[in-house]
Amino acid sequence: MGKYLLRRLAINVILVVIASSLAYMLAATTMNPRAAYQGRQPPVPEAVIDKTLDAYNLNDKTPVLQRYATWATGVVTGDFGKTWNGASVNDELGRRMFVSLRLLILGTLLGFAIGVALGAYSAVKQYKFGDRLIGVGSFVLMAIPVFVLATLLAIATYNLNRGLGFTLIEYTGEYNPKLSGFDQFLNRLNHLILPTISLSIGGSGAAFYSRIQRNMMLDVLGQDFVRTAMAKGLRRRTALMKHALRTALIPSATYFAFSVGTVFTGAIFTEKIYNWHGMGAWLVDSINANDVNSVAAVTAFTAVCILFASLLSDLLVAALDPRVRVS
Amino acid sequence: MRSKVVLRRLFRNNQARYGFVALVALVLVAYVGPYIGKYDWTEKDFMAFLSAPSADHWWGTTSIGQDLYAVTLRGMQKSILIGLMVALISTGLAAIVGAFAGYFGGWVDRVLMWGVELLLVLPSFLLIAIISPRLKSGNWLWFVVLLAAFSWMITSRVVRSMTMSLREREYVQAALYMGIPRWKIIFRHIVPNMSSLLIIDATLNVSSAIIGEAALSFFGFGIQPPDVSLGTLIATGSDNATGYPWLFVFPAGLLVLLVLSVNLIGDGLRDALDPGSNS
Repeated sequence: MGKYLLRRLAINVILVVIASSLAYMLAATTMNPRAAYQGRQPPVPEAVIDKTLDAYNLNDKTPVLQRYATWATGVVTGDFGKTWNGASVNDELGRRMFVSLRLLILGTLLGFAIGVALGAYSAVKQYKFGDRLIGVGSFVLMAIPVFVLATLLAIATYNLNRGLGFTLIEYTGEYNPKLSGFDQFLNRLNHLILPTISLSIGGSGAAFYSRIQRNMMLDVLGQDFVRTAMAKGLRRRTALMKHALRTALIPSATYFAFSVGTVFTGAIFTEKIYNWHGMGAWLVDSINANDVNSVAAVTAFTAVCILFASLLSDLLVAALDPRVRVS
Repeated sequence: MRSKVVLRRLFRNNQARYGFVALVALVLVAYVGPYIGKYDWTEKDFMAFLSAPSADHWWGTTSIGQDLYAVTLRGMQKSILIGLMVALISTGLAAIVGAFAGYFGGWVDRVLMWGVELLLVLPSFLLIAIISPRLKSGNWLWFVVLLAAFSWMITSRVVRSMTMSLREREYVQAALYMGIPRWKIIFRHIVPNMSSLLIIDATLNVSSAIIGEAALSFFGFGIQPPDVSLGTLIATGSDNATGYPWLFVFPAGLLVLLVLSVNLIGDGLRDALDPGSNS
């Protein structure tokens, strides 16, 4: 197992290097950071622009391979370079990473837990009313893209707040900087309500997991070992929880590992719609701002996250499935 | 006849029936609807900016006075077209790459699967977002190619593993010993035997392509103006969704209905083509 994981790790590291290099090359050759300086009033002399861009390693007059070499040596020593206006990409990355983490961790966990619970429940109650309701509900939710769902929630909240005459649920931003201490903590929780709902119930959350979990659970319920478990005197509940659910969790757990891996960058829409300044929003903003180094940094970071996610999924499967550990 | 059995099963399936009826209705609305409406999608009514739905403008008007009914149907035509084309290209590519990798094995397999891994690691959102607005004259066919190029990889891995087991079947071996060239065996014996998987995959790809287009267009990285799609309409609608809800509700509602009906058909197809599976 250890050797296998090491080999996987080595292959993945190569893939990450290639992916981020290609992203850098693409961004460096197609994006034009100079435009932000050329359009200024009063006009900036070209020599000054060149000097500024040189300092940030963004000058399109330098050959792209040379820029790449500078960037790559920086990345190897842990420095992702400068943004288009000279701020440190590392600082931005460090800050935004935790914004995204705070936004996503709750929604991801809740989505998984609710989805697995509903899926297992509807498998046990197959073809009963509850199963049908969950089935129809998840089907409809899966058809609603997250940007539609998030906007619908925002409209509903806006109307609710207006109807009440005060702001019951916040629908934009991460927190109110005027508050402090416990009040601010409550305020942060309030700001989390809508994004968490839109992340956890949608097509990548509970609706998705409940369908996978139901199918797996149905497969498992018909198998001999569950019947054996009940025949040897276990209560139905124990047999279902300990023997059936555990085995049926494997595919959901794999998907869950991947969504944990993308926890930092997976919420482009939610972040943009609810105005959180996390990694996903940064990607969109930096593409629009021709910010080559930031784009490359987000890409490299995402690739590393996916690498860890695939390792995590291997480990989770090994933990849940004894057959994998033996072989 | 297998296809007859499948069709009968498909139409006995409630889900698939509802999905099919809904999809036919939606396609009719998209392609016949514009002839019923009073306005053309390129017309601008300078007497009515952002007016609410009324007898004159059934679904209201946009901020530049376009009739939302006409524009939305125009956008829906494009979304349907994009969904179908992306699904065909990506499922076709997945079948070919997966079957060749699985059948030939060895270095062909290694090279192809390595390419698949690489494409999976590459951030497709970023690549499409950077490339697509820079395409000359906003040619949406290039956008279709881009979208398809990043949506076939996982299916091709499934196809590959199915091919590896099909390769050992007697009829495939027999064809090989009769001297039929290998590429012909792939197209004549391997790919047709995976048709159920491919049909299901293509159907579900339609809905994910429609969502994918809308998602990219939401940030302006997809279909470029003056062309419209459901995605670009939802994007402009959601900016003013609180004040002018009709700008958001009609395109978003049609998108959800479209995706829902295609998904229903896909699910019904899976039951009909592959009765053993319940996934």
